[in-house]
Amino acid sequence: MSITPEHPAALDRRTVLRRAAAVGMLATPAIGLLGACATSGSDGDNEQVAGGTKSEKNPLGVKEDAAIEVVIFNGGYGEKYATDVHEPLYKTAFPKAEVKHQATQAVSTVLQPRFASGNPPEFVNNSGEKLMDFGALVADGQLQDLTELWDAPSVDDPSKKVRDTVVPGTIEAGSFNGKPFVLYYVSTVFGIWYSGKLFKDNGWAPAKNWDEFIALLTAIKAKGITPYGYAGANAAYYQWNVILTHAAKIGGTDVLKNIDNLEDGAWKQDAVKQAATAWAEVGAKFSDKSFEGLKHTDVQLRQNQYKVAMYPSGDWLEGEQKKDTPAGFEYQLMPVPSLSASDKLPATALRATAGEGYFVSAKSKNPKGGLEYMRQMLSKAGAKGFTEVVKAPTVVTAGSEGFAFPPGVASSQAALKAAGQDVFNLYFDGWYKELDTEARTATNELMFGRINADAFVERIQKRADAIKKDSSVTKFKR
Amino acid sequence: MRHGKYPFVIGFLFAPVALYVTFVIWPYAQAFQISMTNWRGLSAPQWVGFDNYRRLLDDGAFWKAVQHHGVLLLALPLITIAIALFFAFLLNVGGKSSGGQRQGVWGAKFYRVVFFFPQVLAVAIIAVLFQMVYRPNESGLINGVLMKFGLEPILFLVKPNLALWSIIAVLVWQAVGFYVVLFSAGMASIPGEIYEAAEMDGATKVTLFFRVTLPLLWDTLQVAWVYLGIAAFDAFAIVAVLSVDGGGPDGATTVLAMEIYRNAFVYSKYGYASAMGVALFFLTLTFAALTLRLTKRESVEY
Repeated sequence: MSITPEHPAALDRRTVLRRAAAVGMLATPAIGLLGACATSGSDGDNEQVAGGTKSEKNPLGVKEDAAIEVVIFNGGYGEKYATDVHEPLYKTAFPKAEVKHQATQAVSTVLQPRFASGNPPEFVNNSGEKLMDFGALVADGQLQDLTELWDAPSVDDPSKKVRDTVVPGTIEAGSFNGKPFVLYYVSTVFGIWYSGKLFKDNGWAPAKNWDEFIALLTAIKAKGITPYGYAGANAAYYQWNVILTHAAKIGGTDVLKNIDNLEDGAWKQDAVKQAATAWAEVGAKFSDKSFEGLKHTDVQLRQNQYKVAMYPSGDWLEGEQKKDTPAGFEYQLMPVPSLSASDKLPATALRATAGEGYFVSAKSKNPKGGLEYMRQMLSKAGAKGFTEVVKAPTVVTAGSEGFAFPPGVASSQAALKAAGQDVFNLYFDGWYKELDTEARTATNELMFGRINADAFVERIQKRADAIKKDSSVTKFKR
Repeated sequence: MRHGKYPFVIGFLFAPVALYVTFVIWPYAQAFQISMTNWRGLSAPQWVGFDNYRRLLDDGAFWKAVQHHGVLLLALPLITIAIALFFAFLLNVGGKSSGGQRQGVWGAKFYRVVFFFPQVLAVAIIAVLFQMVYRPNESGLINGVLMKFGLEPILFLVKPNLALWSIIAVLVWQAVGFYVVLFSAGMASIPGEIYEAAEMDGATKVTLFFRVTLPLLWDTLQVAWVYLGIAAFDAFAIVAVLSVDGGGPDGATTVLAMEIYRNAFVYSKYGYASAMGVALFFLTLTFAALTLRLTKRESVEY
């Protein structure tokens, strides 16, 4: 889920331009670039393999000797969990099947041409800065419906369906218009992170309501430490996440549902405005103007150096910063504080979801094999193995039993437990990338003091309306 | 052996022409075609006619980018050529003359190499380098020094009215070296006697520059202007790597190539992005034609 921001590969086109100019052809290679990855439109030579016989060990009816190809995004979680845990599990279950493994850091670069030519791999970990647009893949019928997987008996207990072995909300997170297409595998909790050591040394306590929060920010500022900050250069969505989480607490989870469903005036709801007003004040008084020009890793590093006290992120943060975190730093999560006593949700409520998306290509040779691979992933052994390798909890409830997490993830898991039923999620950023971009821009404008809360909701609403009217964009509902 | 000549010539011509058609002309043609569709990168595109172009007309980001190209088109060639000319003049004819031969300032040979350095670096490296230079806190090259003296840091890439100029500064820094060399070559071919005669008539260095060097360099300047104009239509890599949030803050530094990239590879709107590309194509073409026409004048023979 740690979708890191864009770093488009730099293209040196000056040389190309000069030469083009010399032969009298004044080139603008940007469009040539697009043309070069043009459509072929054909369905390729992809014949799907026939199914095998269904049995207790093979409930999905996979052809036992059919190969599957697994493509893993080699990012924050690496590829070791696939080669060392999941692929051997599949091999054990189906010894005659060949498992082809490929890892990449640029999923769309590698896979876009293969989808366009009708020869996609069976199983894909679609993540990272160059992930393929899930919405576009779904709209195009490229993704295998996962209903069959969720209804299949689980590996460990045939009397239990796979859907009953995962954290509630997992299937919904990967559903588009009510149909499950994506398996989000890693449990992700969002909140505000601080150093347990820094707070302990200064006698500070995490805030539950807004008065406490402002008092805490003031105390930290008096110490000469920047109380709060996020990176504007590429991670503004960490902050709109905080503002919207806050809005959901103030006005209830329907606030977010309206936003996701592009309801009229969804962004102008009072709860969103109140949250934006509150956080604009934090931005103006308790942050640092220079953060707008910094990348997420820069601000995170400053937190590790005890120069920034609080930082909004998800619980991948601890793993991401492992190299730079000093001993004894002790990451801790604090849910976004509540605004007032009339909030609809309690102070413990938080945004949590399943992150890190995996899908099976509907038009691959062996989609059943892809589904079976997922079923193996969702077994106890698959989940435990993953957690042991990458130190992150999965959506499989039994998968992290008895595992000692590092302090940050332990605190986020505790917060998740404390939240009980008051856990929510939002989806618009994955469904409508343009709306995400607009929200990021507006958030920077708001938090660094160029616009107020009214203008903030106004401009995002305008973009949401435009998307709603745009017939070329596939709409999703929840 | 005459009978083998034509197959030989055609054979030699065929390969490059085929390559050029396949990898340059054909993608162009396809881009025009894609711009008329709503292609999203996966399934077969649907024909939508001029719909994408109509959308362009009320796309704020597109117009912002066009406006920035306007600024770049004026600022980048003007500043770069002015600085490059000044340096080239100093390097070639700015010093004392010895034995009737014009000389550059002391150490000219060394400077010439140093000026060319930025041209050797890849654009991405330059952008990353300037990230360090412009950093808004004490770890930045400029702000680190400022803050040591107790001054407020300058938010180069963050202040909306400063960001574009910070980017232009990088483009200029990067381009100057090449044009110093280009102009030096031009100046080297101006006969020393002309300078000598002018000096005997009592011309100062300033007069020498404006009355002798500049008119005799006109052709070279014209070429430089076209090249820099085309560079002003690009600027993608620097903006993409250096600017806040890809063309930000709030689109203050965006350029067309950036918007094309965003629409194609972030929003998966390849059709719309192609329409922008076609618009960029015509803008560049118009610029080049206009420049060549407007700067046309008799070249001085010597």
